[in-house]
Amino acid sequence: MNDLGALFLNAMLVENMPLTLFLGLCTFLALSRRPGTAVGLGLAVILVMGVTVPLNQVIYAHLLAPGSWAWAGMPDLDLSHLSLLSFIAVIAAMVQLVEMLLDRFFPAIHASFGVFLPLLAVHCAIVGGSLFMEERRYGFVESLVFGLGGGAGFALAVIMLSAIRARLAYADLPDGLRGLGSAFLLTGMMSLGFSAFAQMVAP
Amino acid sequence: MQPKLWPILAAPLIRQNPVMLQILGICSALAVTTTVATALTMSVALTAVLVMGAAIISAIRRHIPSTIRIMLQIIIVASLVIVIDQILQAWFFELSQSLSVYVSLIATNCLVLGRTESFALRNPPLPSAVDALGNGLGYSLVLVTMGGVRELFGAGELLGHTVLPTVDQGGWFEPLSLMMLAPSAFFLLGLMIWGLRSLIPEQVEQPEFQTPEVAEAQR
Repeated sequence: MNDLGALFLNAMLVENMPLTLFLGLCTFLALSRRPGTAVGLGLAVILVMGVTVPLNQVIYAHLLAPGSWAWAGMPDLDLSHLSLLSFIAVIAAMVQLVEMLLDRFFPAIHASFGVFLPLLAVHCAIVGGSLFMEERRYGFVESLVFGLGGGAGFALAVIMLSAIRARLAYADLPDGLRGLGSAFLLTGMMSLGFSAFAQMVAP
Repeated sequence: MQPKLWPILAAPLIRQNPVMLQILGICSALAVTTTVATALTMSVALTAVLVMGAAIISAIRRHIPSTIRIMLQIIIVASLVIVIDQILQAWFFELSQSLSVYVSLIATNCLVLGRTESFALRNPPLPSAVDALGNGLGYSLVLVTMGGVRELFGAGELLGHTVLPTVDQGGWFEPLSLMMLAPSAFFLLGLMIWGLRSLIPEQVEQPEFQTPEVAEAQR
C-alpha cells in the first residue's frame, strides 16, 4: 500500500508530466489562458489516463509481450514492436467511447469538459503514460495508480499555470514576451519549483 | 520544376518556424535537448518521418474519406515511427536508450499531424515533401541551437569534445548545473521566442486587454 502511495506521489509531483517530462505541452500551453477551461482539461486528462493506462497494460501483458502467446503454442512470438500502434488505437477508441458514455449518462459532466475529450486522442502525456508503463513493466494495479497520478499531476500544473496567466492578463509585458513567451518563462519557474519535490519520494 | 518550391522550403526556417511561432512539437523539442547528439538524432528522426509521412499521405489524399482521415494519418505516421525506432534500437542502441520514449512520441507530435493535416492533404506529393522538409529543418534548427547552448554551458562540451575546460578537469569553467535540468529548457525557449519576436515585430500576439488610455489614444 505504501509503495502505491509513493508511486502516486512520484507520478504526480516528481515526474510531473508537463513540467519535468515535457509531455502534453501543446494543450498545456494552448488551453491555460482561463482557469475554467484548465479545470475541464485537467479532469478530462485524469479520467482518460486512469482508464487507458491500465487497459493498455492488460493488452500489452496478454497480447503483445514476448511469450504471451505461449498458451496457443507460439512461445517465441514477440509482438512488442506493435505496442505503439495498438496503444494509440486503444486510446483513440477509448476517448470516443468515454465521450459517448458521458454524453448518454452524465450530460452535465459532458457539457463541462466533454469538448476537450477529442483533443486527448493524440495527447503526448497520455500516450507517454502508456509507453512508460511498458518500459517500466508495471502491473495492473500499479498502472492504474500511475495513470491516475500522472493525470492528477497534469491537472495540478495546468490549473496553476492558468491561474498565474489570468493574473498576468492585465500586466504590462514587453511586446515580444506577450502570450507564448511569458507562458514559457512562467512554466520554467513552475518547473524550478517542482524540482524541489525530487527529493521527496525516494526512488 | 515549379519555381515556387524555394519559398515553401525557406519560410518555415525562421519566419514561420514550427516550434517558435506555430507552437507545434514542443514536447520533444524540450525533452531531448540536453546534448547536441540527442537533439541531432531526434531532428533527423523527426524530419525523416515528416517527409515520408507527408509524401505518402499526399500521394493517397484523393482516396482518403475525410471522416477517418485523422485515424489514417496516425496509423501511417505511427508505422513510420516504429520503423525508425527499430532502426535506432538496432544500430544506435545507446542513443535510443537516452531518447527513451520520445522517439515513439513522434507519432503524436503535433508538428507531424499539423503539417499533414494542413498541407499534405491539399497539395501534390512534391510540394508536400518540400514543405515537410522545411518544417523539419526549422524544428532541427531550434533543437540543435538549444542542445548546443545547454551542452556548452551545462557540461562545457560540444558533441562530446571539451570546449570550455571545467574545474573538475583542471580548467576554469564552472558548469551551470541548471542547464542540465528541465527548467532551463523552458527559459531558453521563452528567451528565444522573445528575441525572435523583437526582431520580427509582426509575430507579436495582440494583447487581450487594453487600458482605457491606450484605447483612447489609438482612436
